[in-house]
Amino acid sequence: MRIPCPCCGLRDRREFTYYGASVFLDRPAPDAGLEAWDEYLHLRDNPAGVTRDLWYHDPCQSWLEVERNTVTHEVLSTRPVVEARA
Amino acid sequence: MRYSGFRVFTQGLSGNRGWRPAWRDPAPKPAYDIIIIGGGGHGLSTAYYLAKNHGLKNIAVLEKGYLGSGNIGRNTTIVRANYFLPGNSEFYSHSLKLWEGLESELNYNVMHSQRGLINLFHSDGQRDAFARRGNAMLAQGDDAILLDREGVRKHLPYLDFEQTRFPIYGGLYHPRGGSARHDAVAWGYARGADQRGVDLIQNCEVTGIDIENGRVTGVQTSRGPIRAKQVAMVAAGRSGQVAAMAGMRLPIESHILQAFVTEGLKPVIDHVVSFGMGHFYISQSDKGGLVFGGDLDFYASYAARGNLPMVEHVMEAGMTLMPMIGRAKVLRTWGGIMDMSPDGSPIIDKTDTEGLFVNCGWNYGGFKAVPASGWCLAHLMATGAPHPVAARFRLDRFRTGRGLMDEEGTGSQHNLH
Repeated sequence: MRIPCPCCGLRDRREFTYYGASVFLDRPAPDAGLEAWDEYLHLRDNPAGVTRDLWYHDPCQSWLEVERNTVTHEVLSTRPVVEARA
Repeated sequence: MRYSGFRVFTQGLSGNRGWRPAWRDPAPKPAYDIIIIGGGGHGLSTAYYLAKNHGLKNIAVLEKGYLGSGNIGRNTTIVRANYFLPGNSEFYSHSLKLWEGLESELNYNVMHSQRGLINLFHSDGQRDAFARRGNAMLAQGDDAILLDREGVRKHLPYLDFEQTRFPIYGGLYHPRGGSARHDAVAWGYARGADQRGVDLIQNCEVTGIDIENGRVTGVQTSRGPIRAKQVAMVAAGRSGQVAAMAGMRLPIESHILQAFVTEGLKPVIDHVVSFGMGHFYISQSDKGGLVFGGDLDFYASYAARGNLPMVEHVMEAGMTLMPMIGRAKVLRTWGGIMDMSPDGSPIIDKTDTEGLFVNCGWNYGGFKAVPASGWCLAHLMATGAPHPVAARFRLDRFRTGRGLMDEEGTGSQHNLH
């Protein structure tokens, strides 16, 4: 599997570290309550198909949101997390 | 038909013409008391114990492919009870006891072999941690022996003890651990359940779960709607899709774990050996193949096949530990879809929908749990109360934070368990 890094171009999967579903970008307020924190930390859509998750590119130290297919391992798009949050 | 050595002998003399299929292939009835979604190890053992322990009839197991086509046919067949935390400890201990009587219970040869499991350690700190784990296993009533380097050498003389990166300090020996024939476990439970009247319905994919007024009433399937009073979701790596039909999100992320087998060799590895520092474990099947594996590919996937970086890593770890296997040819590699939970421990519980149950979150340890998982889910469904050894496998422990069982202490990230 290769992932296109917006800084570095198409790079080998070994240069990246997986963090988890992109739901991690929507961190709830500290007092948001148990349900909100459960959603954020634990519950997952876990799709068999297109998903968005977070990867760290070690060489250029950028966090990316990667849109990819969990069945075919096809990478559809990537963008820096700063853009995904905007 | 009861299986025995005598029957094998007489059938051999009469041209093996007397064997019959081990289970029926029934069409689905319009309604059942209990439907189990998923005809893998856990689903089949649940059906078996519902019929055997609780005397229930009118049960169906719905399987979208063929029986045992998921992780029960894709795993590396290790059976052990070496857990540390209360909750896991008593459950896996119970499971190992069921394994020890399983062949006579099912009248089926599951080739359970208690050849002993050795977890290697490579530092003083790791020795202390393993000593503590061994004490927890003894306190649970199971067996554990802490071996020093010479003790390990007596069992496993072929390891590279002098490797500079991870020199072997010793190992935690679990003599009652071992392996079993994975498919046979599914087939044995299937046959036992069928004999007790359970309908095992293959090629029947569940496409919807019917809920009325907060109560489950049945399922929609590729072979038509089926009504039921109770429904259990036992879908392992596919739990997320099944639960979504009931409007639920689960604390599960599905990941790929790869496994490997070499060509058949003469007996060379007598135990199950795990090398945690290098992410590698190995045993030898009765057919002679070296069966081994490593860690997850670390990213969510349903591909049922792995990626090459982890293949390379597992091979490197194997060569580091036991250079003697370097000339064995790898025959096959494959991947299983693991239902990873946020604390690395499973879930056997009711849901917010009345009559709907969930059994998932087995991470990469589901095989050894097959007997006790079915035993405990059957108990929960038949009596309405959790079985004492599975009482901590609650679905709500993630929401409340009470009773998390994170054996490895890696936090609530699904891929790190």
